Amino acid sequence: MKPVDLERHWMEAFAAQEAARADEPARLASARGAAIARFAELGFPARRHEEWKYTNPERIAKPPWRPAAAASVSPAELAALGLPLEAGPHLVFVNGRFEPALSSLDGLEPGVVAGSFRTLLASDPDRLAPHLGVAEPFEDRAFAALAVAFAPDGAFIAVPRDAALAQPLLVVFVGVPAAEPSAAHPRLVALAGPGSRATLIEIYVTAAGDAGGGAQLTNALGEIAVGENAELEHVVLALEARSATHLAHRHGSVARDGRLTSHGISLGAALARHDLVGTLAGAGAACALNGLYVAADGQHVDIRTTVDHRAPHGASRELYKGVLAGKSRGIFNGKVLVRRDAQKTDAQQKNDNLLLSGEAEVDSKPQLEIEADDVRCSHGSTIGQLDADALFYLRARGLDSGEARGLLTRAFTAPITEALPIAALREQVEAEVRARVAAALERAEAA
Amino acid sequence: MTRESASERPMLEIHDLHAAARPAAAEPADSSGRADIPILKGIDLVLRAGEVHAIMGPNGSGKSTLANVLAGKPGYEVTSGRVLFEGRDLLAMAPEERAREGIFLAFQYPVEIPGVSNMYFLKQAANAVRAHRGLEELDAMEFLQLAREKMKLVEIPEALMSRAINEGFSGGEKKRNEVLQMAVLDPKLAVLDETDSGLDIDALRIVANGVNSLRSPLRAMLVITHYQRLLEYIVPDRVHVLSDGRIVKSGGRELARELEAKGYAWTRAAGATERGRDGACP
Repeated sequence: MKPVDLERHWMEAFAAQEAARADEPARLASARGAAIARFAELGFPARRHEEWKYTNPERIAKPPWRPAAAASVSPAELAALGLPLEAGPHLVFVNGRFEPALSSLDGLEPGVVAGSFRTLLASDPDRLAPHLGVAEPFEDRAFAALAVAFAPDGAFIAVPRDAALAQPLLVVFVGVPAAEPSAAHPRLVALAGPGSRATLIEIYVTAAGDAGGGAQLTNALGEIAVGENAELEHVVLALEARSATHLAHRHGSVARDGRLTSHGISLGAALARHDLVGTLAGAGAACALNGLYVAADGQHVDIRTTVDHRAPHGASRELYKGVLAGKSRGIFNGKVLVRRDAQKTDAQQKNDNLLLSGEAEVDSKPQLEIEADDVRCSHGSTIGQLDADALFYLRARGLDSGEARGLLTRAFTAPITEALPIAALREQVEAEVRARVAAALERAEAA
Repeated sequence: MTRESASERPMLEIHDLHAAARPAAAEPADSSGRADIPILKGIDLVLRAGEVHAIMGPNGSGKSTLANVLAGKPGYEVTSGRVLFEGRDLLAMAPEERAREGIFLAFQYPVEIPGVSNMYFLKQAANAVRAHRGLEELDAMEFLQLAREKMKLVEIPEALMSRAINEGFSGGEKKRNEVLQMAVLDPKLAVLDETDSGLDIDALRIVANGVNSLRSPLRAMLVITHYQRLLEYIVPDRVHVLSDGRIVKSGGRELARELEAKGYAWTRAAGATERGRDGACP
């Protein structure tokens, strides 16, 4: 298909759903209408576009995706995914639709709203209305517009002023493959009220499903607002199967004296592209972006982050680490933007990459754009291999080559995994990383 | 008597060992003809259980290469000769196999490994070696007990164990950490590569005491040093002088003092006449 045909395919899919949308509230319908019109205007990005230099947008847009239909996942199937659901209240979405039967809000503090777009549109539509469209940083992103146009539902979380949540809140997006390629558009809106404190964990997984092994596209759109003096810890754990493509646009805005700590862990999917924007909107706002991406044979992971300092006395800390094994590809593109009014900004950005094979490839591009004149900013990136002397030292003490590589890789990823908020999650991520790295090293050794 | 008893079988036999350093292969396809650099040019040495041999020699004589070849460090090519450990072909074993079989190299420059706890690493190593010997793995408590007992030997404080391997350790702390690892891993053959280099006299005494406490009729040690001073503390049974990749002179402990007095130039002259005949066998 030519790009024009690709766009027509999506427009037709939108039109085909008209009947299904007939009973939707007017505000949602108008947000969708605006989004599909915006998409028609934008079209899919061209490969020559600088933003898409290393990831061919056609690879994401092209398969004849159909909107993912409602699917069911049994409690046993959910349990089999081994997620740390007992860590706190959890909302489960299947193919982008809320599944109350799989969810539990036990232990949630009174006053906290945690539920679906659909429920909220019925009960308190004014609350959600300002967040229905595409957030400002993504106004020119075609895929973000598609998420608004197609998302059947979404997760909505609001933590009231001065509330402190004792347990983390989990939102799990389960993708169920169909026989044909199918696209799901999970959405999330989370608002942390002034002075509140909370931990939010977003997890993306693929269920086995029995309908077939068609490819899946996850086209996620997230909007997070941290209120004045509030503190939010936000984890995204992308664990989807190799049959999946994960595309995400996430925006976190932080008001005066608020703090956002983001942990982005990308381990799954054949192709993953995370577009993360942090906006420090109020004076004294702070954000920390921690990230880990692991790619092995055939995987392609493209991380784009923007930290937008808009107000004075802001602080940002960014550390993204990549582990590339087998024939894999990693891209890190991190921008720190310090606007004219953001005096006294303190921004640090670092990207470190570990190549575990001669066939792995990584492109790292940290960027600083500074318009203010009284700021402290630093950035840097490294690309390296496991230290040969360290490997020999460990082997000379009896550790086999696989153990030694695993141990050194774990040491490399530890600053990110150890910063994760809850023990069960930390252990799960460490185990996943260990298993993926070990499997890739074994395959390399066998070859 | 046709049966050879275990004590008669040497622990380590090195026969006419030639080895070369392989230049770092940045580009494997490089055909510019960068040749391997020959370093060991025919080493003969026999070590029996219970013996401590010292190897002395000037810079560039091949001391560290010998240690590295015995431990299996990548980057060297054995061009001819044989090395038998308890009668088995040592050179065919991977580095970890050698360690598990009971060879321990105390590094001249112990490697700093950020992010890996010293205690965790030592436990992994101890259990890898124990598993190979058919012993049960030690659990956390049992291991802690063993480690604490050995830490006393080399006066290593507990705080050093929770830090990353050798990261930010002083020169003396690094060498003590090597001897601690040796004490915990309980090797049959310990190769100490310039364990005295860079140590002040107090640190040297601590390290030497640790090593001496590990001397045993069942263990052999090969002590490589540039300085005679170490041999005042760790008294060897035999001293070998290495020069230009060959053992040019062997003798008792008094040879070390003679060497200190006359300098290495003396052995080069001596080596010209003795080379290849005196050998290293007692």
